[in-house]
Amino acid sequence: MSSDDGSSKKVSRKPRYSRFTQQELPACKPILTPALVIGILMCLGIISIPIGLLALSASKNVVEVVDRYDDVCIPSTDQKVGFIKDPATNKTCIRTFTIPKKMRKPVYVYYQLDNFYQNHRRYVKSRSDRQLWNPKAESSTTVCDPEGQTGDGKPIVPCGLIAWSLFNDTYMLSKNDAALQINKKDIAWRSDRTHKFSSNIYPKNFQNGTLIGGGKLDESIPLSQQEDLMVWMRTSALPTFRKLYGKIETDLEANEKITVTIQNNYNTYSFNGKKKLVISTATWIGGKNDFIGKMYMAVGGTSIVLGVIFSLLYVFKPRPLGDPSYLSWNKSPTLD
Amino acid sequence: MKRYVYINDENLAKDIYCDNRISNRKYTIWNFLPKNLWEQFSRFMNQYFLLIACLQLWSLITPVNPASTWGPLIFIFAVSASKEAWDDYNRYLLDKKANEKEVWIVRQGIRKLIQAQDICIGNIVWLRENDEVPCDLVLLGTADPQGFCYVETAALDGETDLKTRSIPSACMGIDGVIECPSPDKDIRRFDANMRLFPPFLDNDVFPLTIKNTLLQSCYLRNTEWACGVAVYTVEDFYHVCVEMIRGICGIGNQTKLGMCRGIPEPKLTAVDAMIDKLTGAIFVFQIVVVIVLGIAGNVWKDTEGRKLWYVRYPKEGPWYELLVIPLRFELLCSIMIPISIKVSLDLVKSLYAKFIDWDDQMVDPETGIRSNATNTAISEDLGQVEYILTDKTGTLTENKMIFKRCCISGRFYGNESGDALTDAQLLNDVSTGSADVIKFLKVMAICNTVIPVRSKSGTISYKALSQDEEALVCAASRLRMIFENKNGNILDIKFNASPLRYEVLDTLEFTSDRKRMSVVVRDCQSGEIFLLSKGADETILPLTYTGQQVRTFAEAVEQYAQMGLRTLCLAWRKLDEGEYQEWASMFKEANSTLVDREWRVAEVCQRLEHDLEILGVAAIEDRLQEGVPETIETLRKAGINFWMLTGDKMNTAIQIALSCNFVSPEPKGQLLIIDGKTEDEVCRSLERVLLTTRITESEPKDVAFVVDGWALEIALKHYRKAFTELAILSRTAICCRVTPSQKAQLVELLKLCDYRTLAIGDGGNDVRMIQQADIGVGISGREGLQAARAADYSIGSVSGTSLFNSVSLMAYNVFYTSVPVLVSVLDKDLSERTAIVVFVITIHSYAFEKSEMEEVAMVALSGCIWLQAFVVALETNSFTILQHLAIWGNLLGFYVINWIVSAIPASGMYTIMFRLCKQPSYWVTMILIVATGMGPVLALKYLRYTYRSSKINILQQAERLGGPILSLGIIEPQSRSPLDKDLAPLSITQPKNRTSVYEPLLSESPSATRRSIGPAQRFDYFQSQSPLASTYTRKDN
Repeated sequence: MSSDDGSSKKVSRKPRYSRFTQQELPACKPILTPALVIGILMCLGIISIPIGLLALSASKNVVEVVDRYDDVCIPSTDQKVGFIKDPATNKTCIRTFTIPKKMRKPVYVYYQLDNFYQNHRRYVKSRSDRQLWNPKAESSTTVCDPEGQTGDGKPIVPCGLIAWSLFNDTYMLSKNDAALQINKKDIAWRSDRTHKFSSNIYPKNFQNGTLIGGGKLDESIPLSQQEDLMVWMRTSALPTFRKLYGKIETDLEANEKITVTIQNNYNTYSFNGKKKLVISTATWIGGKNDFIGKMYMAVGGTSIVLGVIFSLLYVFKPRPLGDPSYLSWNKSPTLD
Repeated sequence: MKRYVYINDENLAKDIYCDNRISNRKYTIWNFLPKNLWEQFSRFMNQYFLLIACLQLWSLITPVNPASTWGPLIFIFAVSASKEAWDDYNRYLLDKKANEKEVWIVRQGIRKLIQAQDICIGNIVWLRENDEVPCDLVLLGTADPQGFCYVETAALDGETDLKTRSIPSACMGIDGVIECPSPDKDIRRFDANMRLFPPFLDNDVFPLTIKNTLLQSCYLRNTEWACGVAVYTVEDFYHVCVEMIRGICGIGNQTKLGMCRGIPEPKLTAVDAMIDKLTGAIFVFQIVVVIVLGIAGNVWKDTEGRKLWYVRYPKEGPWYELLVIPLRFELLCSIMIPISIKVSLDLVKSLYAKFIDWDDQMVDPETGIRSNATNTAISEDLGQVEYILTDKTGTLTENKMIFKRCCISGRFYGNESGDALTDAQLLNDVSTGSADVIKFLKVMAICNTVIPVRSKSGTISYKALSQDEEALVCAASRLRMIFENKNGNILDIKFNASPLRYEVLDTLEFTSDRKRMSVVVRDCQSGEIFLLSKGADETILPLTYTGQQVRTFAEAVEQYAQMGLRTLCLAWRKLDEGEYQEWASMFKEANSTLVDREWRVAEVCQRLEHDLEILGVAAIEDRLQEGVPETIETLRKAGINFWMLTGDKMNTAIQIALSCNFVSPEPKGQLLIIDGKTEDEVCRSLERVLLTTRITESEPKDVAFVVDGWALEIALKHYRKAFTELAILSRTAICCRVTPSQKAQLVELLKLCDYRTLAIGDGGNDVRMIQQADIGVGISGREGLQAARAADYSIGSVSGTSLFNSVSLMAYNVFYTSVPVLVSVLDKDLSERTAIVVFVITIHSYAFEKSEMEEVAMVALSGCIWLQAFVVALETNSFTILQHLAIWGNLLGFYVINWIVSAIPASGMYTIMFRLCKQPSYWVTMILIVATGMGPVLALKYLRYTYRSSKINILQQAERLGGPILSLGIIEPQSRSPLDKDLAPLSITQPKNRTSVYEPLLSESPSATRRSIGPAQRFDYFQSQSPLASTYTRKDN
């Protein structure tokens, strides 16, 4: 209460001296001197351009064949949806293309979908990871709505819209009339096979309803071996995506003719989606992607140009740093 | 309304008046939760967060786990609620301690111990030495046979001296009635009467004054015991206390001490106001976005979405289906106002406040009192102060008075080589016994209210109300006129070893209106009666007997004022016995009036104070604090404007201002004086000054205006607009003879013009100004703790390292260190651009076969973290080990946490981070993001930095390159024009449009404004009604 108490207390509260409490920590206060900035920009350029060149050359080394087939593997132009939905029609379609350059093994076979929103909120949430891994959680299907249970209340395994819309076009490749083996083993992530999809769970009541979505699953194979499903269930973040279909374990020579027999089952016609078959090799940067290389070149180029401009500015129009005469209150009013 | 207190009869009082229970608590156990939540949710930001959190509970629309909002929200609320609860609990404990303290009361002649809370009005309370007074008492008896006792009132008014209190004359009984007014705000007045019941003198009325009271929370000192009757209890005291400290008239009895002990009214800083405003604006923006995107989303869903067979939209949705998409957008947008902003701002602010507490350079070496940031919320505003309003005494000056010069009957003592005390001529005159000199010394020694205290070793120290009096008495004792003892009304004085004895018959007290004080004494040897007076020259010199030449004295006053000294004129007159007796009865009568007593007393005093013989002029120096001139110069060169508000007189104020670089001497500076007694005079004077100021604005000239309290009153009342313009134009102002409420009004005026103000003061008279200002700094100095208590920051005292240097240091630190945080908090552009860069690069680099959702998400997130780290690094001006830890530690922490999460098989992102870290394209993408994001930023920043530098950049460069931070020689302060707000020194964290930021302070909190304006006006009305009613002592001079 009294003033004496207050002051004595304050004294006793005196903290131990430390450089932190006194705000005396050694501080480095970098300022943007011309030399520093020009140096950084030049360095940036010198580093970026080689990386860009490397990335570009890697991308150039990727050999890629893309073949859009959704528009040609359909007979009439006005009845597309009806054709694709009819289970009775023959959907076999044969495509041929030439290998432009030698493709070293492994050669990856992808299918590419355009305008397919695997990232749609309603879609992406409609899956039950517990059900896929834990045999006891077979009936935890509420999150899978509206594809959780069959009409008579039995749980669907695997449940949810993602699994239900499984991609089901198939490709048979042949080279010079000899079948090309597509290896469909180990196309899914290892972690999916070992930790996400159980080897004790088998598909059940799948695709049994009135409304058929995509592909069906063999009920005698455990989920841990349904690699197409695993690949499909790794949903894509973007509406244009490629998913691995299989690998070709032999080299493909230049100018070889490849014939593909496609079972064109999957309906992308309702929403104007495109389907493409992609055969591609891979390098350290992944598939064919010029973007990174070009971007690096652009950044590096810009940096060097800026560095040069700044150097010229510095030479021809120098301005000393920290000159107090630039302070507005130091300028006499007449000069303003 | 009058109150009748029947002494020793508690039954009568119990029903009517409140008991003595103290309750400072803001909450009870039952209302704590609702009340606290209600208070917290009164801020818009909190309401917004609650809304978002509630929306997130709806799983259909939430994109994230509701815990991500509820967690922090509950945490924040829990922290501030527990802080409140803890404070309240401590208040409760203090109350309990005070309530249950045992006090002695006398009931039917028997002493009893009761708890302090059970004291009733009318009880007789018995106190021992060093006891705290539990409630307001009227003194009835003391151990002293003369009926005196001493109290220390430091807790009440901050004055540390001992005050004498006496038993009302002829009071011996303990039955009677005291007729006293309702409790009011004035702790220096108590106009009451006492009547004793038969068998004592029937119906004879005794006047009671403040001299007969013991007020609550004072301490009884130097007196063995005292007893008194309770007249006002604690409830009343709160009332009084609140009134006094806040200076507000008319708050009801419900007011609790809690308010008076300073739960400060929340002061919003510029950043707070801006954040509140931004929150509102962003919310509106969100609504627009939500409506537009919601409609677009619903349209898309109905046209395109239904074609996506794999999504399986139901044909008929529930009724709220239309709302789902807009609400989802709302939730997505909600991160525009991050909940972390509140947490980080609060944390940073408390850290800054702690830095101020910790700072070793801001410890007063003499008393060891540290600086203390009471208000942790406004630290960053310290760097944005544009106006500093300062008290003079005790702030600029040390408030240690030293007797310097004197002029006795035309002779000047003391010169440049030494002050009067060492003047050989004076010492000679003293030892030869020059009659004039002896008279002069007698007045110095007697005409005061000083109490000599003899310590055990025999040395005498003086306890005085005013520093001036103490200086005079000390000086007299060094000139061998030693004031030895005060025994009741008898004064013992020793002059040249011969004892003199005087009896004080009456004391005509000092008031700020009379500006003089007198005593009537009887020489115990000769029986002659004298009137001894001292006071300001303008009140003493006109009272001389006809024929005395006052010219030399007027010249002396002028000369001393020129030197910056405070002058006092000393005078005396011999009184006839008859004249005195006649006057004494009038004086007694005036003293016992209940209505307008002060005015009546002043009038009666005037009847005696005439035909004085001027003895001389004493000049007292009020020493400047160390380092004050340099600091003021530095701050002024930093573009901060200074106003000095003082109760002193104009000449003295100007002299002090000159000596501490406040204004420059001619021809560099120019002082314009606004004065005048009537409205017309003031108006003309004001217009002239305004004209001159406008003309000289373009010249590099230092123009300051000087205004006295009277002219200020008129100017503020009738010519507010002109005065405001002048206030904006002028960098410096000296306001002298101003009252506390005028000080507060000036602060208010500047605040209305959108300036950030900082008020510094140490005395009770500065409290209102300190509370009014954006930032109040109180000095726990010699004038007590009152100001420190009311302030946002309190500082030990100011000797040694200068206060102002400390403040500027404080501001500097806070400013420089807060910039990076504020930048990261406020700069929205940055993060949006960041996001775009990251997004574009990510979706292109991770296209096609790599577009797995978890991976892309993690790449984008890593990109943000990387870019963020580099952006913050670029914006940081000063790297200490802490900054490095924060920036790079954050980056590392991100990876560590994600590696851990990626190692858990059950988590959705199992192995993701390991996969990514193995991919070269991941690292290539990161480098690309950083390079793309930073390159343009760096280039732009460099261009701006070098070719279009802001002031702050230049100063940083100068500091870094080792040049003078402010090359003082060339800087020529320029006067500000109202439009040239660009000059505002430290404006980097402020958006361009400053007005919009400040507006909420003025327009959106009408209640706050009303509260602060309303009473002030009423107060002034009250003052102008009866000028004599103002009761501020000379303390502020």
